[in-house]
Amino acid sequence: MAKHWWKFLSVILLLYVIIAGFSVEIPVIGTNEQSSRNLFFHVPMWMCMYANFTISVVYSVWYLATNDLRKDIVASSGGSVGVLFGLMGFATGALWSTYTWGGTIVNDPKQLTTGIALTIYLAYLVLRQSFTDLDKRARVSAIYNVFAFALLIPLTYIIPRMVDSLHPGSATSPGFSSKDTNHVMMRVFYPAIIGWVLLSIWIFTLRVRYKKLALKNLLHG
Amino acid sequence: MVLAFIFALVKSSLSRIIALVKKDLLLEWRQRHALFGILLYVFSTVFVINLMVKEPEENIWNALFWVVQLFVCVNAVAKSFLQESRGRLLYFYSLVHPRYFIVAKLIYNVLLMAAFSVVSLVCCIFFLGNPLIHPLYFLGVVVLGGVSLSLLFTMLAAIAAQASHNAALMAIMGFPLIMPILMLLANISRSAFAPVAQPGLPGMFLLLGGMDVLVIALALVLFPYLWKE
Repeated sequence: MAKHWWKFLSVILLLYVIIAGFSVEIPVIGTNEQSSRNLFFHVPMWMCMYANFTISVVYSVWYLATNDLRKDIVASSGGSVGVLFGLMGFATGALWSTYTWGGTIVNDPKQLTTGIALTIYLAYLVLRQSFTDLDKRARVSAIYNVFAFALLIPLTYIIPRMVDSLHPGSATSPGFSSKDTNHVMMRVFYPAIIGWVLLSIWIFTLRVRYKKLALKNLLHG
Repeated sequence: MVLAFIFALVKSSLSRIIALVKKDLLLEWRQRHALFGILLYVFSTVFVINLMVKEPEENIWNALFWVVQLFVCVNAVAKSFLQESRGRLLYFYSLVHPRYFIVAKLIYNVLLMAAFSVVSLVCCIFFLGNPLIHPLYFLGVVVLGGVSLSLLFTMLAAIAAQASHNAALMAIMGFPLIMPILMLLANISRSAFAPVAQPGLPGMFLLLGGMDVLVIALALVLFPYLWKE
């Protein structure tokens, strides 16, 4: 039981985030009105995605160094869970932008570049499917994964900072932290990050365990 | 003493790389059908565009040009690994370190693609009209773009060659990866159509150069792992 405490923590934090996130009195920021509550759900998704992709690329490099198929399983699980959270982040963002920007897919640089980054990772998942040889699949997809991560950073970190975005906090749209004088939103936001990231790690470990069992069956079954 | 040693090392590796590049160029010249096949490909693509839209306005001209470049690059570079048979790759593996091999392939593809870039630019101007205000600037961007595209696709062709020479796989992997580079190139080349200078141009050039360096570095580090079989 002792090592499962973080799973309980995740559930409790997320319950708090969902209840408080929808009921707490938030300051009205610009034209966002009540839609600012999306902060508790949209932004943590990207943190989860980054966490999983980082795990994935570390294990890919580790695989190339050791040629241990279990490392490849961890890398692939990180990739697919990262894509799942990336897609959810994109969906929550698109839903929010439909009502605040007046269009689901607008010409916003952050939206475009994350769209490209997600396509790159979807190609990673397709690439994995196209091999039947386990070792070859592991080696080639590990190499592609390093490429994908090397492009993820400039795409989602460097380019969006060079140009103006419609996102709150950049260019002319007001940021959240300056208006949130009582730190009401921050009191929900930080637990939300921790809760969601723990949940994504939880899903990731489940997937790793399942895939490892499948590999064991394949090799010794 | 140490300097002389380093110098000798550089000289020997350079001679190996030059030998490999020469071999590729010679092969290319002996199998001229592939070379002329791509030339015909450029010509017919641009001619089809001419039949469909005659002389497009500058934004569409720019977009069409880069799409033509993308497909020319996929066709030209994919061939460089797909033409090598398995036995021949094994032979090279016994002769040289994989790092020399990938450097030679990179250089060869850069040369090839720089030449094809100029050809497709001439073709586009001939068939689709010339909306360029700064033609020399655009020529520079085109060669730079050809180099960037060929660098990335060389590495992807090497990966695709592992997947039982599957050319469709290259498109699946390549198009998402190439999107940011194409986006940058299209933005940079837009300056060639406008008489006024565009803001943020040096930053974009820097980013493009950074991506090229990144791709080269990754290729040098990762290719030896790819070849290990």
